[in-house]
Amino acid sequence: MAGQTLYDKLWSQHLVKERDDGTALIYIDRQLLHEVTSPQAFEGLRLANRKPWRLDANLATPDHNVPTTVIERAEGNAGIKDPVSLIQVQTLDDNCAAFGIEEFKINDARQGIVHVVGPEQGATLPGMTVVCGDSHTATHGAFAALAHGIGTSEVEHVLATQCLLAQKMKNMQVRVEGELGTGVTAKDVVLAIIGRIGTAGGTGYAIEFAGSAIQSLSMEGRMTVCNMAIEAGARVGLIAVDDTTIDYLAERPYAPTAEQWDAAVADWRNLVSDADAAFDKVVEIDAASIEPQVSWGTSPEMVTGISGEVPDPADAADDTVQRSYTRALEYMGLAPKQKITDIRLDKVFIGSCTNSRIEDLREAAKVAKGKKVASSIQLAMVVPGSGLVKRQAEAEGLDKIFTEAGFEWREPGCSMCLAMNADKLGAGEHCASTSNRNFEGRQGYGGRTHLVSPAMAAAAAIAGHFVDVRQLDAQPTAQEA
Amino acid sequence: MRQFEREQGLVAPLDRANVDTDLIIPKQFLKSIKRTGFGVNLFDELRYLDEGYPGQDASQRPLNPDFVLNQPRYQGASVLLARRNFGCGSSREHAPWALEDFGFRVVIAPSFADIFYNNAFKNGILLVPLDEDTVDRLFKAVEANEGYRLDVDLENQRVTTPEGEIIEFEVDAFRKHCLLNGLDDIGITLQDEDAIRAFEEKHRVARPWLFRDKAPA
Repeated sequence: MAGQTLYDKLWSQHLVKERDDGTALIYIDRQLLHEVTSPQAFEGLRLANRKPWRLDANLATPDHNVPTTVIERAEGNAGIKDPVSLIQVQTLDDNCAAFGIEEFKINDARQGIVHVVGPEQGATLPGMTVVCGDSHTATHGAFAALAHGIGTSEVEHVLATQCLLAQKMKNMQVRVEGELGTGVTAKDVVLAIIGRIGTAGGTGYAIEFAGSAIQSLSMEGRMTVCNMAIEAGARVGLIAVDDTTIDYLAERPYAPTAEQWDAAVADWRNLVSDADAAFDKVVEIDAASIEPQVSWGTSPEMVTGISGEVPDPADAADDTVQRSYTRALEYMGLAPKQKITDIRLDKVFIGSCTNSRIEDLREAAKVAKGKKVASSIQLAMVVPGSGLVKRQAEAEGLDKIFTEAGFEWREPGCSMCLAMNADKLGAGEHCASTSNRNFEGRQGYGGRTHLVSPAMAAAAAIAGHFVDVRQLDAQPTAQEA
Repeated sequence: MRQFEREQGLVAPLDRANVDTDLIIPKQFLKSIKRTGFGVNLFDELRYLDEGYPGQDASQRPLNPDFVLNQPRYQGASVLLARRNFGCGSSREHAPWALEDFGFRVVIAPSFADIFYNNAFKNGILLVPLDEDTVDRLFKAVEANEGYRLDVDLENQRVTTPEGEIIEFEVDAFRKHCLLNGLDDIGITLQDEDAIRAFEEKHRVARPWLFRDKAPA
């Protein structure tokens, strides 16, 4: 009999019951809650006169709607100027208080983007099942946790039953072998993977990312890769446990201590795919072939290397793709065969659950240090993923590097990744963004998003257009007129 | 949940691949704390010529005459025809809420994104995956024939065209059962309350670090 994949192990460790109709009841260890996808779930509990099954499995924080300027945040919830956003954040506070769920409120130092907060607190642990009403819950798979996004009906279902009705996914392994080039980051790896397999390539699969290039990544880098599994169509991204995982978790507030820590570590060491495990699909990528990536279109699969150019729709594989490309170029205001380095930017956003952790900020700061944001850039902003990331960055002096270079240093939240707060693009504006989606209107009505790594975003801010971060030292850093 | 047995409805063709959830319902409308009222903002950026915001009077907004759902011949459509990977992107259940509120009961496409697939079935919307060639044929037929309707029969898992062609489709047994009977998942799961409690106790003993408190009494 073939061995088990990591996904198979996590599935069987949480299987409450298999049913005749092909579905299964899966036990959920952790649910993260935020203000956007939870109000209707709490309302559903109330209407049915139900209570949460297990309070300590839940952790909440507001992130999508919160303002990010220092002045607004000083006022707490009262600083939320949009009345509809305020109601949503206030409703989360009220629901958590009424049901007894732990919440990091707007001005708690531990507040932040749910997918930054969970791991940072050790509230995400290897071997857990983790859900959240947010598709980027795949992030937590970096810890060998079975984690995925769910809809609001399922949020209510998990609150009420501590279980989810699920069907087992298929297993895919994406192996990235070899050494990543200098200046090539986790973000470039995952964008290259999406470019290769497409935004529906992982539909129906749990993707395990493996290979020496993945193992060489820090936990922050691994979270970036798993975060965007959903952009490849896979609800679940996973990476096996190793020393990097365990070292990251030691002494986190919600992590086990003393003898429970030892027992947990011993258990976590098994959270790897068996050597003879069978995958339904395997994709292999040579790490050395990956260059810094830039998305040019309106789907994350519309991506290419920094040395590349915008494709010509005339060369598309089929009619549907051709129409998509034509429409994307029209929306993005780009010409066929335009060089990526010729794309000029109006705004730069460094943040989001994909790239707002301390290592991301360090990489961007390294590029920004001693330089100035180009005068043609209207706004370059850095939004840390949590209050604790912000504090750490300030302790390292990164905030000074950014502000001296002309970046705005903001308070934590989802911010311009999806522009539910005031941080957004204007129509027609091009943005170098470290976020995860470049859909039409995602960062603001008519806005044009280019997905890149933090280092590439910082480099673009300084040059005013995309540049190859690997050649930065060889380039003049003079500000453009 | 609203029951679904059969829909004999007008078909609207949305000729686009990778229709994402931001396109189905833009983020500014996710600020509502209700489940209803999203239909007026379904496909907001395609449907209107101005930028939408919550609480607007939609009747005063300029419509995009080129958008398919604004064309007179597709008024009252309840079956949406689209291309591959429909519903990709975020987990927002506001997407099926908006489709349902607008009046769609069925979406036909070559493939659907996983989270959207779950969310749609929980809201009484039937998703019908058909192969690319069949979908392509349906697009041509819809565009060529004004008033083109399809008969979508969940019990027998078949779509019947006006010409009498029968196209069979797949749907998993559990979702079909829930949809046919309008069943609430939570009620079904709680029938297994004892099994969940038994599992939880075993799980707590095997991996105590996953539990921070004593179980609520």
